[in-house]
Parts: sequence; structure tokens; C-alpha cells
Amino acid sequence: MNRFLPRALLAPAVVTLFLWMIVPLLMTIYFSVIRYNLMQPGEVGFIGLENYQYFLTDPSFGTAIVNTLMLLASVIAITVIGGVALALLIDEPFPGRALVRVLLISPFFVMPTVNALLWKHMMMNPIYGVFAQVSRFLGVQPVDWMTDLPLFSVILMVAWQWLPFATLIFVTALQSMNREQLEAARMDGATYLQQLRYLYVPHLGRSIAVVIMIEMIFLMSIFAEIYTTTGGGPGDASTNLAFLIFKQALLNFDAGVASAGALLAIVLANIVAIFLIRMIGKNLD
Amino acid sequence: MNLRSAFALAFGLAVAGVSNAATELVIATVNNGHMIEMQKLTKFFEQANPDIKVKWVTLEEGVLRQRVTTDIATKGGQFDIMTIGMYETPIWGKKGWLQELKPDAAYDVDDLLPSIRQGLSVDGKLYAAPFYGESSMLMYRKDLADKAGVKLSDHPTWAQVKDLAAKIHNPQAGVYGICLRGKPGWGDNMAFLTTLVNTNGGQWFDMSWKPQLESKPWKDAINFYVDLLNKYGPPGSSANSFNEILALYNEGKCGMWVDATIAASFITDPKQSKVADKVGFAQAPVAVTPKGANWLWAWALAIPAGSKNQEAAQKFIAWATSKDYVKLVGKETGWGSVPTGTRKSTYTNPDFLKAAKFADAEKKAIDSANPNDSTLPKSPYVGVQYAAIPEFQAIGIAVGQQMSAALAGKVSVDQALKTSENAADREMKKAGYYK
Amino acid sequence: MATAPGLSPALIVRTVIAWLVTLVIFFPLGWLVLTAFKTELQAISVPPQLFFTPTLDNFVEVERRSDYLLYAKNSLITSVVSTLLGLAIALPAAYSMAFFRNRWTRDLLMWMLSTKMMPAVGALVPIYVLAQTAGLLDTRTALIIVFTLSNLPIMVWMLYSHMRDIPHEILEAARMDGATLWQEFRRVLLPLAMGGLFSTGLLCLVLAWNEAFWALNLTAAKAGTLAALIASYSSPEGLFWAKLSCASLMAIAPIVVFGWFSQRQLVQGLTFGAVK
Repeated sequence: MNRFLPRALLAPAVVTLFLWMIVPLLMTIYFSVIRYNLMQPGEVGFIGLENYQYFLTDPSFGTAIVNTLMLLASVIAITVIGGVALALLIDEPFPGRALVRVLLISPFFVMPTVNALLWKHMMMNPIYGVFAQVSRFLGVQPVDWMTDLPLFSVILMVAWQWLPFATLIFVTALQSMNREQLEAARMDGATYLQQLRYLYVPHLGRSIAVVIMIEMIFLMSIFAEIYTTTGGGPGDASTNLAFLIFKQALLNFDAGVASAGALLAIVLANIVAIFLIRMIGKNLD
Repeated sequence: MNLRSAFALAFGLAVAGVSNAATELVIATVNNGHMIEMQKLTKFFEQANPDIKVKWVTLEEGVLRQRVTTDIATKGGQFDIMTIGMYETPIWGKKGWLQELKPDAAYDVDDLLPSIRQGLSVDGKLYAAPFYGESSMLMYRKDLADKAGVKLSDHPTWAQVKDLAAKIHNPQAGVYGICLRGKPGWGDNMAFLTTLVNTNGGQWFDMSWKPQLESKPWKDAINFYVDLLNKYGPPGSSANSFNEILALYNEGKCGMWVDATIAASFITDPKQSKVADKVGFAQAPVAVTPKGANWLWAWALAIPAGSKNQEAAQKFIAWATSKDYVKLVGKETGWGSVPTGTRKSTYTNPDFLKAAKFADAEKKAIDSANPNDSTLPKSPYVGVQYAAIPEFQAIGIAVGQQMSAALAGKVSVDQALKTSENAADREMKKAGYYK
Repeated sequence: MATAPGLSPALIVRTVIAWLVTLVIFFPLGWLVLTAFKTELQAISVPPQLFFTPTLDNFVEVERRSDYLLYAKNSLITSVVSTLLGLAIALPAAYSMAFFRNRWTRDLLMWMLSTKMMPAVGALVPIYVLAQTAGLLDTRTALIIVFTLSNLPIMVWMLYSHMRDIPHEILEAARMDGATLWQEFRRVLLPLAMGGLFSTGLLCLVLAWNEAFWALNLTAAKAGTLAALIASYSSPEGLFWAKLSCASLMAIAPIVVFGWFSQRQLVQGLTFGAVK
């Protein structure tokens, strides 16, 4: 019973995920070594690693990897630090806290493509966007976000959308904090920084690790925001790995190269995951 | 046969008729104004054909293209009618993926504008029926031109356009000389830039399919473009496409604009434009040659070859692109909203001409565009502002990204063209056009 | 120990800062809400209009133009069912990993997460062909399956994290009091895990609700979700900004309502008194 029960409880999750993973994975591996372009369905044949070679020798490949990692690191940093700050801010009661909670979480409800258009048109347009208007009011030359800071613009809009996610997880995690310990520390005269360092942050360690890992997975494959706003440009300044795969899969309709790209993306994700686990893995236990 | 079997046969046929009673047509379409109109008026079709029900799937252009291409290539069979453009029609038609359209005499297929019809046919067979057609032209602020003392001819040159842009460029007053597309995309900035290259005497590929992106016409065109927009264009141009510029123009911020003829209907609509009565039209500017200076595009309805509801689909398409439909829209919604760019008869209709001041300019533009002969040197591809080959989408966006970078000043024009040439060369080699 | 009653300066400062930060963060969304009530011309005006006569034209247009109710129904069914199904599978798994840890637990967690490493774009053709073969194209079932399995790793991770926060002692105490596993689960564990369950459920509900890639590619006329509604509003040629804002508002509204009502559940605290 002792050994059987945990396994039985795990079984549905493991089995279904295994099937979900293995079938598309095998198909993708198969597609990646054949010539398979949807527009030429007749010409299929084994071509070994040619698709990989083609994907890897894309002149934007290196930049795409760098951009992907930068996007990842920046958004994670912003959302984790911001999320913890916000969660701490609204941890203790104050007037209107319930409404504040809903308002803070709501950006997460917006659909990613709408989010992208919202930022591109309303906030960042150098002529009629809000940032531009505010800049002009302050007498400062408006920033041309999409042209001069394309990757940063994308980072900003993605971070805005994911901040609520992190905040909500931290808010819930803070609920399980030992309040009595906290009161005792306060009575002993601990400053807020000390409370932070010795009580709050260690308690949040696990949820921070969870947020980082989950966001890593999602952020690796975003491309809709990029496609809608900058189109990957100017040049390849805001092209990431998912965008390259998208270009092959849905513009070129080359399922072979796209599959090769997808597998390379998995490799990258694994590398990043191993790296992250080394850094924060202890916190997961 | 005896009475009993005759009865059985009749009964069987009746049942078959009953079970066929409601054919359901699923139509995938793009969400521009004319299509929205058509959805509203579908009830008229269903009333006239009680055994057919129509269901619409409306998607944004990029998503639509991806969706229908995936479906037709994997023979998914999800759609009975697909809305495709002039880009897909020759490619898919040649592959035999589309059903040939054979409308009856009442449809008057000769009434279709010749260039549009040609763009949607392969070897003389019509594979998609147009419900909306457009070309490109120059739309400028007559009031600003008058103030600067310049009168633009109906066929201006790019040099004249640049002159006028310089004169009316006034950022202090919030007016920019000229607004042009810059967002990377084969249908965004590259649509416009291809026409600019064409009119400078260039082409995408020579007769052996080698990309020509480092040729003199390309260098001339792109240098001109970057110079013009950086001097007299609005900030943020490298991310602007049709809608962004439309917003700017309607706010009175653009002195000139070269883009789709449909823009004219928006900027002259007092409900959405602050400068509705101040707009003048001219044909798209030319440089070295008028060939390919203005583009040609149509959204059309096509039937996938494997569709199970061929007959019903043909009926719907014939209805939706007929003369009667145009009249129906005119009556129900107003002549300013009728689908344009498809039939000659629309342009001779006095009600339409009264409601659409730009009709003349638009028809002239459409008539002068020829997808089979749009470049000065002979080309192996069809298409005015694109090359109708499957590889073009990926090539288009890669080149578009480089052009956007050149415009933003991130790379030099020469460098951008070199990178573009390499990207195009790579794709063409992989696709097997040459070794 | 009672906290200082009334309006201490610390409370005022905190309230002001919290509200200021909230308004800044909420501002873009608030602007979207305002735009839903504007005409297209007002939506793009420079300078932007804060005060204007609101119009309901956009709502009428959206309602008339598309089948909002069908899309909303599909979104509701696919999101809710997939979330509940996912929770049903994830909860036992998370419980097992949280309370019966062994040296494989972390690897198992990582493996589950790795099933999400393949970008959806890359898996489009395999999944499309699979769905087609199974005759599941344009069905809610296909979406439910995809959403459930896509969110399952996230649910397991988040529930695992919450459960690890629950001290063993409480469960030990219940067990020692003679409770069976099921009673332990229902009477002790579930109330303590409620906050975690709700936040996990809400977040995954939103993820399924906003999922656009599969929702657009696997559906046609019958099973389209609100993602399809939104996709039908960004027009290639023509101003659509006010209408899109309106459609987005109509797409978000049900979730916001749900979020508001599940407020209390989200932040239900653990009662440490029980340990004593």
C-alpha cells in the first residue's frame, strides 16, 4: 500500500503526459529528417540532417538565440522582482485591497495579440501613443520604441502581461507564511529589510523557483507579439527562435525545416533548464 | 419496372432529397469591410436557396492564409469555400488544388475587369471569383499642395512627388510630407517596395530565377525610399503598415500617401477622417518605367478540389460575385460600400460614381496593372507586387526585415541589399530552382 | 496581538503607494476599456480623449457581426472542462509528489515541464494531421484535450508548490486521530489547499481562455472560441481599434467576473493554530 498508492496517484498524469509528448515528438523527429513542404506534398524523401543544417545556417540564427535568451532573462527578472514587491505591498490589509487585487491581476486576462496591439498603437506609437504624448508634455523627444528599442518594447509588453501571474502566485504563497513568527520578529525590533531577508524571501523561495521555471517554458515560444508589432525587425533585432520556426512553418510551409527547428528549440530549452536548476533547483524541494 | 419498385425508387429519391435538405457551406474569409457586408447579406442568399445554409469563419489575413493553406495542403476538408488572394490562386490553380469555376452566361464573366480576371486564372481557366479588387495610387492633400503652389499631374513622377513632399513637410505643425509603409512583411512594406523597384526598371528574379536584389534598379529604389522617408516621413515609419498610416492620414498628419486604392474610401469618409474633403488622387508615381508602378490585388472566393459541396459552393460564389449582388449592396447599405475593383459594370453605374469620388482613379489604376507583364526586363514569375511562388512569403519577410532596418538606419542600404540577396538566394537554392 | 487601530501613517503610505502602482499597471487596460466606448475616429485622436460621449455602437456591431454567444459558450466549455479535468489529474499527482517524495521526484517534475518545451508552432503539422485522422478537427473535444494536456504540467508544478507549504504535522495529526486517507484528504488537506487550488485553477483557466494558436488552427465554424472572435477584428485594411477593444472587453468580461468572485478563495489562509 505504501508503495502502490503514490504511484497510482501519479499514474494518470504521467501516462497522459507521456502519450501527449511521445506521439508528436516522434512525428516531429520523423518530419525533421525528410523533405516535407506542404506546398509540394509529393516530394517526400529522406534527407538526413539537411533540414537541421538549413535551420542552423540561417543568418539570423545566432541573433535569434541571443534575443530569445535576453527576452527570457529580462522578463523573468522584471516579473519576479516586481511580483514579489507587489505581493509584499498588498500582503497586509488596507482599504480597497480586494479591488486592487483584481485590477493587478487583470492584465493577464488580455489575449496576447490584443496585448501586443494595445502597446503598439496606444502606448508606444511615436505620434499618437500615450508615451509620446507624455514625453511631448514634458518637453522630451518621444522615443520611437519599435524602431530603436524593438526587443525592449517586446520585453515590456510581455512583462506587463506576466507580472500578474507572478504576483498572484506570490500572493497565494504569502498566505501560508507563519504570521506568528513574523509578529515575534517585529516585536524583537527587526527592520523591514531584515524581515525580508530572513523571513519573507526564504519562504517565497519555492514559489519563485516555480514562477521562473514556468515562465521560462512559456517565454521560449512566444512569437505572436513579435509578429504583430515589429515583424521581427528592424533587421532581426527582435527575431527570436520561435519566430524563425514560425517563418519556416507558416510562411514557408516547410514542415521539415520547422520540425528541425522545433527540436533545436527543445535542446535550447533543456540547456536553459539545466542551467536554471543548478541555480535555483534546491528551492524546489 | 413495376409499380412497387417505382414507388420504392420514388420513395428512396424523396428520402435522399430530404436528407440533402440542408447543405452546410463553411466559408473561410478575411475581415475587410466588404466581407463583413457579405456576411450581413447572406440571408438573402439563404432565402433564395432554402436548401443551403452558410457558416462563416472570419480571420485576420495572416492567420487566414496560414489556416487555409494548412487545410488545403493536408486535405483537411474543413472549408467548402476559401477566400484567397491573387498570390495563392496561380500557385494552387497550377497544382490542381482548386476547382475550376464555371459560372453560367447570366453571370457575365466578361464583365470582370480583365486584369483582375487574368490574375485569378491559369491557362484561361478561372479558379477564383473576385469579390474585391484593388490597385495602388497616390493620395495627397490638395489643400497643402495648393498652398505650396504645386499642381500634380495625373501621372506624376517620383521626382515630382519628392519635390512636393519637401515643400509641404512641416513637422512643427504636425504634418509630414509623405507617409509610406515600413513594417516588415511580404504584403506590408515589400508590396510597396516591389512596385517602387518595378518602376525603377528592376525585378525580383531573372529568367534563370536568380534573385536580383543587388542590381542597380534595387539600389536606386531603396536608396530613394530611405532618403525620402527619413527626410519627409513621420517617425516610427519602420513599423507602419496600412492601418497605422490610415490613422495618421485621417488625423491630418500625412501630406501624401501611396497605398491601396481602398484607402481612398476611408480617407474621404467624414465619419472617420478629419480631412475627408481635402483629398486629391493621382496614379502611382513612376520613375523609369510605368510598368509595375501600381500593384494589383484581389480577394477571391475559391473551392478546394476535394470539397464535398461543389454545387452549392459554385452557386454561392456565383451569387456573391454577381452584378445583382453589387446592386443588392447598393440598395441595402449604400453605394459607397459596394465591392469595388471587380466588375466593369460597377464603374459605369451612376449611383456608384456619385458615391465614390475616387472610382475613376481606381479603375484607371486597376486597368493599367498587368500581373503577367509588370517588369521592364522579362520575368519568369507572375504578380506585380510579389512573385507568385510558394517561397515568396519567407523571402519577402526576410527582405522586408532588412529594408526596415535600412530605413531605421541600423544598416546601410548596400548592406541590407546584400543580406537580402543572400537570404533570397538561400531559399531559392533550397527550393531547387537552381543549384 | 492586536495591530494599531485606525489610520496609522504607515497604513496611509502603503495605501497610497499600492493604489498608485495599481493605477499605473492597470492604465493600459483601463484605456482599452475606455476605447471600447469610443468611435473609431475618437480612438485614434491626438491628443487622446479622456472625456467623450460614450457610445454603445461597437457592442452592437460586435454582437451583430459575430456569433458572440457561440464563441463564448465554446470558450467557457473548453476552458472550464479542461481546467477541471486537469485539476482532477494533477491534484493526486501533486499530492503524491509532495508527501511521498523520493529521489525521482525532481526529475519527474522536470520531465513534466519538458513536455511543454516543443514550441506549438513546430508541432502544428503533426497535431493537425493527428486531429484530422481522428476526425476531431473543429470539435470542442480536440480543444479540451489539447488544453488539458498543455496545462497539466503547470498545474502539477503549482499544486506541488502549494502542497509543500502545508506542514506535514497537520496531516500527521489527522492520521493519528484515526482518519482514513480519504477523510484526511477531504477534511484536512482540501481546505488548506483551497487557496492554491483556486489560484492554480484561475491561472490555468485564463491560459486556456486566451489560448489562440490551437484554438484558431484546429477549429472552423463550430468550435471556435473567443480567440477566434478577437482574430476576426484585426482587419488588414481599415480602422478597427475601437471595435477590437470592444471585442476584447467582451472576451475578458466573464473571466474578470469569475476572478472577482473567487477573490476570497484565492487568499484563504492556512490556520496554523491547528498545529498546536
